[in-house]
Amino acid sequence: MTDMQKLYLLVPLAPLFGAVIVGLFGHWIGRRPSHWVAIIGVAVSFAASVTIFKDVLAGNTFNGSVYTWLTSGDTRFEVGFLIDRLSVLMMLVVTFVSLMVHIYTIGYMRDDPGYQRFFSYISLFTFSMLMLVMSNNYLQLFFGWEAVGLVSYLLIGFWHTRPSAIYANLKAFLVNRVGDFGFLLGIGLVLWQFGTLDYAAVFARAPEMASQTIQLFPGHAWSLMSVICILLFVGAMGKSAQFPLHVWLPDSMEGPTPISALIHAATMVTAGIFMVARMSPLFELSDTALSVVMVIGGITTLFMAFLAVVQTDIKRVIAYSTLSQLGYMTVALGASAYAAGIFHLMTHAFFKALLFLAAGSVIIAMHHEQDMRKMGGLYKYMPITYLTSLIGGLALSGIPPFAGFFSKDAIIEAVGMSHLPGSGFAYFATVSAVFLTALYTFRMLFLTFHGKPRMDEHTRQHLRESPWVVWLPLVLLAIPSVFAGWRFIQPLLFGDYFGSAIVVSPQHDALIEMGQEFAAHGGLSGFIAHGVAALPFWLALAGIGTAWFLYMKRTDLPAKIAERSGVVYTILLRKYGFDEFNDWFFAGGARRIGGFLWRIGDVTIIDGFFVNGTARVIGWGSRLIRRLQSGLIYHYAFTMIIGALVMVTWFVRS
Amino acid sequence: MSLGIPQLSLVIWVPILAGVAVLFTGSDRNAALARWLALLGALAGFLVAIPLYTGFDTLNPGMQFTEMHPWIETFNINYHLGVDGLSVLFILLTSFTTVLVVLAGWRVIEKKVAQYMAAFLIMSGVMNGVFASLDAILFYVFWEAMLIPMFIAIGVWGGPNRVYAAVKFFLYTLLGSLLMLVAFIYLYHVSGGSFEILDYQKMPIPMVPQVLIFLAFFTAFAVKVPMWPVHTWLPDAHVEAPTGGSVVLAAIMLKLGAYGFLRFSLPIVPDASHMLSGFMITLSLIAVVYIGLVALVQGDMKKLIAYSSISHMGFVTLGIFLFNAYGMEGALVQMLSHGFVSGALFLCVGVMYDRVHSRQIADYGGVANRMPMFAAFFMLFAMANSGLPGTSGFVGEFMVVMGAIKSNFWYAFFAATTLVFGAAYTLWMYKRVVFGKVANQHVEQLSDIGLREFVILALLAVAVLAMGIYPLPFTEVMHASVNGLLNHVAQSKLY
Repeated sequence: MTDMQKLYLLVPLAPLFGAVIVGLFGHWIGRRPSHWVAIIGVAVSFAASVTIFKDVLAGNTFNGSVYTWLTSGDTRFEVGFLIDRLSVLMMLVVTFVSLMVHIYTIGYMRDDPGYQRFFSYISLFTFSMLMLVMSNNYLQLFFGWEAVGLVSYLLIGFWHTRPSAIYANLKAFLVNRVGDFGFLLGIGLVLWQFGTLDYAAVFARAPEMASQTIQLFPGHAWSLMSVICILLFVGAMGKSAQFPLHVWLPDSMEGPTPISALIHAATMVTAGIFMVARMSPLFELSDTALSVVMVIGGITTLFMAFLAVVQTDIKRVIAYSTLSQLGYMTVALGASAYAAGIFHLMTHAFFKALLFLAAGSVIIAMHHEQDMRKMGGLYKYMPITYLTSLIGGLALSGIPPFAGFFSKDAIIEAVGMSHLPGSGFAYFATVSAVFLTALYTFRMLFLTFHGKPRMDEHTRQHLRESPWVVWLPLVLLAIPSVFAGWRFIQPLLFGDYFGSAIVVSPQHDALIEMGQEFAAHGGLSGFIAHGVAALPFWLALAGIGTAWFLYMKRTDLPAKIAERSGVVYTILLRKYGFDEFNDWFFAGGARRIGGFLWRIGDVTIIDGFFVNGTARVIGWGSRLIRRLQSGLIYHYAFTMIIGALVMVTWFVRS
Repeated sequence: MSLGIPQLSLVIWVPILAGVAVLFTGSDRNAALARWLALLGALAGFLVAIPLYTGFDTLNPGMQFTEMHPWIETFNINYHLGVDGLSVLFILLTSFTTVLVVLAGWRVIEKKVAQYMAAFLIMSGVMNGVFASLDAILFYVFWEAMLIPMFIAIGVWGGPNRVYAAVKFFLYTLLGSLLMLVAFIYLYHVSGGSFEILDYQKMPIPMVPQVLIFLAFFTAFAVKVPMWPVHTWLPDAHVEAPTGGSVVLAAIMLKLGAYGFLRFSLPIVPDASHMLSGFMITLSLIAVVYIGLVALVQGDMKKLIAYSSISHMGFVTLGIFLFNAYGMEGALVQMLSHGFVSGALFLCVGVMYDRVHSRQIADYGGVANRMPMFAAFFMLFAMANSGLPGTSGFVGEFMVVMGAIKSNFWYAFFAATTLVFGAAYTLWMYKRVVFGKVANQHVEQLSDIGLREFVILALLAVAVLAMGIYPLPFTEVMHASVNGLLNHVAQSKLY
């Protein structure tokens, strides 16, 4: 094993080591040593990722096995790493955000009795996520995929005495399992058709399988690639919370804020985006699958943005915003602009983690109050939190030169160039959502930081900036939220950074065309000039203006609008009724069917009729026969006479 | 190979003789002695089983550690023992589980301690005998003999409705086995006077008798597994059985049915097995889906885990009748894993039952507040039961789904629903029992697990994780025999 390979191993194992030590012995070693062990584990992992990043940029990629998990038939199932430009970028994002969140947690969870447990979980999460992104095969991908789901489950339910938290974590796990159901079937089809789960081997053979069909229903031959890709995408819909499997993400806000930033904004929920980008050699072979991806992404982008506008809980605004932004990334995947999707994944990881952690900082200052209607005017008390939030908000709204502008504009432009069915809708959705994004973001900022303070006097007197362990991560995340866009757009999107890690077939390749324009129109400044002249930028400004007008200027208007819009407002408040429907139809339906099968199938028919029925028939029969043995001589004598008569009759007749 | 030491006889007779010795300690005045003696016997039983793994030749598809002595020469019945890759791991599982069962009953069982311990030790030896028998009559004797200690365990140390449950268990399984005996006698007749299972496997048999033999075996093994719709004895037996009884029942006794299919049905009547595979797969999938839904609505934890067992065993029978390597090895892995996981879950319920004396989910809530260490173990086993990767529960289910999709996409589709249902019933139960605020006075007074309970659960936790993270050492043992069986089954025995 070379030194570099040892380093690859170190990346996931360092956080795992931290998780195990803190998880098993945290109780004995105490709080400070515990957080040091966990933080050092992640820091080592981050440092190793940086070194590997440099090495990969120098052209050294790796694809190899660590150990054989299992062999069966002719197949070897391995655990192994694929280190290329895509995975190393994810490793950087994951370890960096994770490190920030680890530091932040020292402040945020300071008074929590489950301090060590929390550190153990987030380190375990980091390990799982790294296993997911570093995998070189579908099996390990699935392992990481489910393991991050497990940690998400544990962390949403971290405060396990809260009824809402333990409802939310069960819901999150089960909805994710619905996605994983499709994902596992997709993996099964890959194994069956390709005979291996190794990425490289599958991708190499994919083009020759492009015209294969499969009959799931007799007489309907469907493209094999479409079926595989759509099944895999069902997994992504669960993990990346795409419509209609998005329902778990808003409820996941029941977890402590650091994990909302780490898991439910920056990393885990982007696993689906990463996975589809990783599978680009397969998705490129199916226009149907790409169309499905694009339409689902478009629906999520637009309809979740609407919901963010009516939320009053600060974390829920950001949660719905995350759904909408994940929709953008999904749309990018559908438009074959995988690089743009990953680019937005990266910038979003920075500014959304920033926004969540800033919201957490506000929540600490507000003594765990999350209702924005009880905030206001906080900028005076918490200048660092305010400024960093503003940077995050500008980035999210897509205002140049902040990071979100570049990644979002690239997606919108790429979708505009797509010719697949559904691209018109996706374009419309992504452009309209720009207005909504700016509106809800600045609504949140105005309600929280500006205007009159609406909290009670006691809270107001205790308002102050959070300790440095809390604001330092905000600052460190604000930096890339400012520069990551203009600094990385050229290499990531147009400079062939990803090389062979992402495959795009020529007839889909919008980014090439955009790259040519980019080069022709003066590079970065040209891109900005072009963006500022285009509709989305003005929509974003309009959104900010509207937010200012409604929540700063005419603060009486929102209530009136809500009143006037009646049904529409109710529908938005009820989140389109998905929760009620799922509870009634799926959860309730399964229980009703289960109850029916149990009472009718098992208790009444099998046990009641067959098992106990047989016993009863035998019992009844023996009672009948028992009567013959009455023990009375004259009964037997009478029976004998009858018998004798019958026999005599028989003999006489014959 | 075996250095002349009769390894298999040791794993059978060491626990049985230990059990008899424990019986001699007599009344409960000597309970402590009985416990220690039983632990010693169980450990000795496990120790003598270890060479079976370390000395096992993984490249040999045939029988190993064989022993052969005439028993009843008039009928050509022999004391013929041997193990292959299909059976050897189950002997280890049985011996391992027995140690846990003895420990689990250490303080809980206060009445007739010697008899309780003896019953489980004897049962362990007898079950090892079932896995090791190569003579049909010897197999049958062990098969029926194991019913007796279990019948006693449920009937004496069981819950309030124990007699109904014990009789139901006994009659259900006994009736099933009788037809198997008829099949053996028929095979003895047509084979020209042999009770050798290996002879039956080589013997050509026409289609009609093949189907009849298959059905006779089916009644015996399907009841044992249990397959839908002959499963209703299991929830009752589990609910009434003492913790140790539930553990043995779930961890090992159910596996015997599945093992029967592998050892008898498939190799002896391969053509009938192929012909009826659609039927078997259908029943298996009904078990997975139907029972999964039934498990969801159970209010009694033991009943819930019992139904969960049936659903998981559906994966085993599904895997066996797919006739491919993924399916069959997946089935074997699932059997082992289910031995660990269901055993662990029943022990977890036992831990709570010992303190609160209720199995009803509604009587709990917020257990994690008082028993955090226990809650962590229970979480691990609940996740293993939900088939989380990294635990043993995933490996078998994954392989069976991979095998199923090769046969028919829809088999895999219905099998994979367990991802949702399995998680739903397990975690919903976990939520109601362990999470939440402290629900009542009983939960308030709970104390966390002690050293003895910790050791039991930790051993199982290590097994569950080891098998999930690195299953290769388990499957390596199976390969040669599974390939041998698959090749054998692929050839028609019609003439």
